[in-house]
Amino acid sequence: MAKFKKEGGKETPGISTASLPDIIFMLLFFFMVATVMREVTLIVKVTPPGATEIQKIEDKSLVSYIYIGPPVKRLQAKMGEEPRIQLNDAFAEVSQIKDYVAQSALNIPEYNRKKQIMSLKVDETTKMGIVTDVKEELRKANALKINYSTKKGYDPNK
Amino acid sequence: MADIAFLLLIFFLVTTTMDVDSGISRKLPPPIPPNQKKPPEVKKRNVFVVLINSADQLLLNGRQGSIRTLKRDVKEFLTPVYSGNPSAPDVDGHPEVTETNIDGIGRFWRSKGVVSMQNDRGTSYATYIHVQNELAAAVSELRDDMAKQYFGTDLKTLLDKYPDKAKAIQDAIPMSISEAEPVSLGD
Repeated sequence: MAKFKKEGGKETPGISTASLPDIIFMLLFFFMVATVMREVTLIVKVTPPGATEIQKIEDKSLVSYIYIGPPVKRLQAKMGEEPRIQLNDAFAEVSQIKDYVAQSALNIPEYNRKKQIMSLKVDETTKMGIVTDVKEELRKANALKINYSTKKGYDPNK
Repeated sequence: MADIAFLLLIFFLVTTTMDVDSGISRKLPPPIPPNQKKPPEVKKRNVFVVLINSADQLLLNGRQGSIRTLKRDVKEFLTPVYSGNPSAPDVDGHPEVTETNIDGIGRFWRSKGVVSMQNDRGTSYATYIHVQNELAAAVSELRDDMAKQYFGTDLKTLLDKYPDKAKAIQDAIPMSISEAEPVSLGD
């Protein structure tokens, strides 16, 4: 009997790599679908405050962002340290918000346009004055649904 | 082939941002038409005034307060208190109540209390959000308590499973937070 036994027959065969490309492709497709490209580069520093009563925004296509905060370090020499508004890729004035609202509404399909949400990404050190001006302008532009972007978690006892 | 797939995979891995946008959702009041009549006056006993000054200090109904007790105070104020006597349903020291018929709950004495919040232009955004957060937390805790009392579960489960029951709770305890235009409240 032992004659028929091949030498080294007890060695386990290596793991087959035939399915490796399949796995890689699966991961590739997952990340392709999950990827959201950042459409703007931030030129203001935004550290959102914490909160507990938060809601997730379900449909990202309805959202346009307004950033408010002090300019980033490399632009502070030119722009100062006072909080500024950023729309798209540039600093903006309060008066430009109306146009921004109208323009971002065009990117939303018509049947959904009434559901437009403006997300305010505001730095926690900002004073309310500028935020109030922005809110007033949004009211005038009839963009009434807003979302104050926040971090998760807040404890008033700290 | 696998090399290209790997390359693409690594590219998408690096560029992926998985953050989900979340925050406090609010609805702004619509712009005021120029010929609008004065809104009806709200009785003083029905209003809980929250003022925030530019030094981020709180004034709650005329007394200096702290963000630590804000939620408790607002919860206490918004809890409907009914005397048990339909001809004189109000209780001193608490906001008025009105009888309403709510689907799924029946007759309910709803509080007329409103929280009015006003801040200074110099208030910091962090404090503003924290106060907003505490006010919203007070209302949602009240709703949770009521959901437990009437239906035996918390509001989140109701929202998922029985939206009409959740709606009844939301009707019984409205999110009555109003925001006044900021003024200068002094330093």
